[in-house]
Amino acid sequence: MMFDTALLDGFLSAAVRVATPLLLAALGEMLAERGGVINLGVEGAMLAGALAAALGASAGGAWAGLAASGAAGMLLAAVFALATIGARADQIIAGTATTLLAVGITGAVYQAAFGSAGAGLSLPTLAPMPVPGLSAVPVVGPAFFNQPVTTYIALMAVPLCWWFLFRTRTGLALRAAGESPQHARAAGVPVRRLQFAATITGGVLAGLAGGTLVLAQVGTFAERMTAGRGFIAIAIVVLGRWHPVGVLGAALFFGAATALQFVFQAMGLAVPYQLFLMLPYVLTLLLLAGLVGGVKAPAALGRPAE
Amino acid sequence: MTPASRAAGILLPIVSLGAGLAVLAIFFAISGYDPAAALGAMVRGAFGSWYAFTSGTLLRAIPLMLIALGFTVGLRAGVLNIGGEGQFYVGAIAATWIGLKLGGWPGMAAIPVMLATAFAAGALWVTVPAWLRLRFGVLEVISTLLLNFVAEVLVSFMVQGPLQESQHIYPQSDQLSETVRLPVFPGTRLHIGIFLALSCCVLAWYVFRRTMIGFELRAVGRGPRAARVTGGLRVQRLGAIALLVSGALAGLAGGVEVGGVSYALYPNLSPGYGFTAIAVALLARQSPLGIVASAILFGALEAGAGAMQRDAGVPPVAVYVAEAITILAVLLADALSLRRRDVVIA
Repeated sequence: MMFDTALLDGFLSAAVRVATPLLLAALGEMLAERGGVINLGVEGAMLAGALAAALGASAGGAWAGLAASGAAGMLLAAVFALATIGARADQIIAGTATTLLAVGITGAVYQAAFGSAGAGLSLPTLAPMPVPGLSAVPVVGPAFFNQPVTTYIALMAVPLCWWFLFRTRTGLALRAAGESPQHARAAGVPVRRLQFAATITGGVLAGLAGGTLVLAQVGTFAERMTAGRGFIAIAIVVLGRWHPVGVLGAALFFGAATALQFVFQAMGLAVPYQLFLMLPYVLTLLLLAGLVGGVKAPAALGRPAE
Repeated sequence: MTPASRAAGILLPIVSLGAGLAVLAIFFAISGYDPAAALGAMVRGAFGSWYAFTSGTLLRAIPLMLIALGFTVGLRAGVLNIGGEGQFYVGAIAATWIGLKLGGWPGMAAIPVMLATAFAAGALWVTVPAWLRLRFGVLEVISTLLLNFVAEVLVSFMVQGPLQESQHIYPQSDQLSETVRLPVFPGTRLHIGIFLALSCCVLAWYVFRRTMIGFELRAVGRGPRAARVTGGLRVQRLGAIALLVSGALAGLAGGVEVGGVSYALYPNLSPGYGFTAIAVALLARQSPLGIVASAILFGALEAGAGAMQRDAGVPPVAVYVAEAITILAVLLADALSLRRRDVVIA
């Protein structure tokens, strides 16, 4: 039988592995967008996180790398937040500029730190940590519970974000800021302070997403290695309808669509492999067309608060 | 526009670029490169000789000008097309495909047909986001972005499939025959596509300035709701048309690049022109004539980046630091002076 259990396990594990950085970055972006801030700099924050993870890991081990990645993402998000929330600059443009900035800085610092060859850089990485008991569950066990620690961080962030957004006063205030900053302010909500905090938190998560790529997947850094994953995370927020559970579903969906190529390759189908490379993007577009109707973005998304 | 604000409009980008280069120099010093050597190599690579200026700077300004103009046309109607990179590639695929078939034609006929095909292919590619926006309300920011990835994979498929060179070894297409190549200025690599790009900018300036559709575009870009209520403008339709023109211009850029520079299709044909062009357009602040100046500046940065790598061992991406700081400086100056924002997220 072609579709044996090993193949299924491999497929599911790959899906979760691909989904992990996307989920982290998308949850962070979701927090910012719920507060009315759209941050296209998430790609840059991820890239900065990836380089910081490589630098941190080579200096002090994998955990130091992970901490550094979050800090670097936060720094990039702070640049963006100062421009957009501090000076009320246009969010789309400032986000694009932040990403450019990160591409330039990481490319140059990487070469200065590791030399122009760079390849073959071997770093301490985060090995899979099976969760006792759960990892033995058939099918979903190995996929979800025999993964590096960053996957567990991402999965735990889902209920945390949900609880924060829908069960705390601060979460309510943040959502109010994203829907109608004027009314929120009239009700005593510190709109810009909340937006700033949400954007910075989003930056930490995006940085961790970049750290995941380096420490739990690739094991090295390469110029522009995020390859647009930060932008995909923004699409995943829309696909997940700005809801933590929706974002989890959308990230897993994208991960599965990407992992599908491994299955088809293993099955030896006589179809050009590029078809499967396209699949995640095409399916995401189709789903957006099918699902988005009737779903509203936060009303004040992208507009600077007065 | 008062004379004072006009002077500020010209001065601001220059001051911002100065700030960008200054930050780049500081960044070089911190990260252990020699700032003087790097920036010196950059200036020589961009302006050091007639050959460097024409074959480095101006050559790279051509695609930047066309894609940035497309981005601006969209922005004027409140449409954010950030899929210029993908549309560039689709235009390049179309131009290669038709160009290889037209080898026997005289150039006077073949070249216009090839470029028109690239133009049409770019427009065709963005009918998808335009339709998704009109029919399902999918934000074009997301859809044009996603299609960038699809287009890049499509190039990879083409150069290993239908358009692969006849030996079937390398991932690239056959070379276009001499007759289908854009004429080049003697002693340089600069091709006549520069006139095409300049004419498009002048034409756009005229359309924006003097025609009804230019006025409508501006009204829609300023405030879709107000335009719909007070002017009875067909906002959605105008936005879709602007998106099509935007994609067509980026597609044309891809065709011009194949016909004038690479003479063949291969992956990584664009060093990120689609994204740099957004920066070009932002610096020009929606003015088509400003795009000409801004594209030449960014063309110089890109050409200088190559020289920086050759002569000073600095990775070319470092130049993005200067580009990013330049954009941020313009943006901050605009925001702090509380100018009315022209950019509307639809």
